[in-house]
Amino acid sequence: MMRSSRYILVGIIFGITLYKAEAVSWFRIYEMFHFQSFHMFGIIASAIVLGVLVVQIIRRTHMHSTDGKEIVIPPKDRSIPRYLIGGFIFGAGWALAGVCPGPMFILMGSGYTVFVVFLLAAMTGTFAYGKLRPKLPH
Amino acid sequence: MVPDFLIQLRDLISQPWPWWVAGPMIVLIMFILLSFGKEFGMSANLRIMCAADGADDMSDFFKFDWKSQGWNLMVALGAVFGGYLAAHYFSGPESYVHISEKAYNSLQELPYFAERLQSPDSVPLVPDFYSWEALFTWRGLLIICGGGFLVGFGARYAGGCTSGHAISGLSALQFGSLIAVIGFFLGGLAVTYFIIPLIF
Repeated sequence: MMRSSRYILVGIIFGITLYKAEAVSWFRIYEMFHFQSFHMFGIIASAIVLGVLVVQIIRRTHMHSTDGKEIVIPPKDRSIPRYLIGGFIFGAGWALAGVCPGPMFILMGSGYTVFVVFLLAAMTGTFAYGKLRPKLPH
Repeated sequence: MVPDFLIQLRDLISQPWPWWVAGPMIVLIMFILLSFGKEFGMSANLRIMCAADGADDMSDFFKFDWKSQGWNLMVALGAVFGGYLAAHYFSGPESYVHISEKAYNSLQELPYFAERLQSPDSVPLVPDFYSWEALFTWRGLLIICGGGFLVGFGARYAGGCTSGHAISGLSALQFGSLIAVIGFFLGGLAVTYFIIPLIF
């Protein structure tokens, strides 16, 4: 059985963190893509450094999850076009709108209900990808 | 009466968080999800929502066991609540975003912002084109609908977004995630340097 409340709590912490770190701000994303501050790079870089450490510890100690299975992180496929082209399109949208999928939900809760439209547009994009997938280079 | 320590805690949370608090917090979130046997990735919710809305009948990409992914929708729902709490209870006395002087000066070169921003402490956390009214302007429509479409399309094409690739993927030293993050920056830089000056 899935205990929803713990996932909601994780989401709440995530929402408060990105909001208070100003990572939900269009201006912070603008600043990041101009390399005019260390702030966003500091967030991402410190998360990666600490994250690598955490994942290494998980792997070396064969840590188990709460459902009793060993934690495995499935490897991603080693393709280049898929990540590069897909990443480029995502990055373009990120810089234009100033939000990625996390902040989209967070801003919706902060009172910017117009992000419901953004969510519908993003779902349309995901759906279009699903439809076009067989024709796209991967 | 509210105990003093709760007020102090609230004041502590209400300050702007520096990067060295936010980065480790994000890793904590990733770790908690891993310890529940799940992987941190927000954009997967877009695929789940499409499948749940019936897209599984229209494309094989949406034929997967989306009901087992309900936990991720709960994280997204929590993020909505978190945004509400942060904006209503932890917003703090300063309502502006603490961008660098360099960023402020470069915003002044764009007529749209030069008109609206009078001083570095008048830059709002959220720009005024995030509104329902703005949807009726070409700029707002382009940013909300165009940006949303690109984010949704690109995240699924690349198999993840900032949380899935830049955080989870790079933490696990995944080669694909490195390529994706390079892609994020190439796309972001292209729009920042060639498109943003045209629309503002």
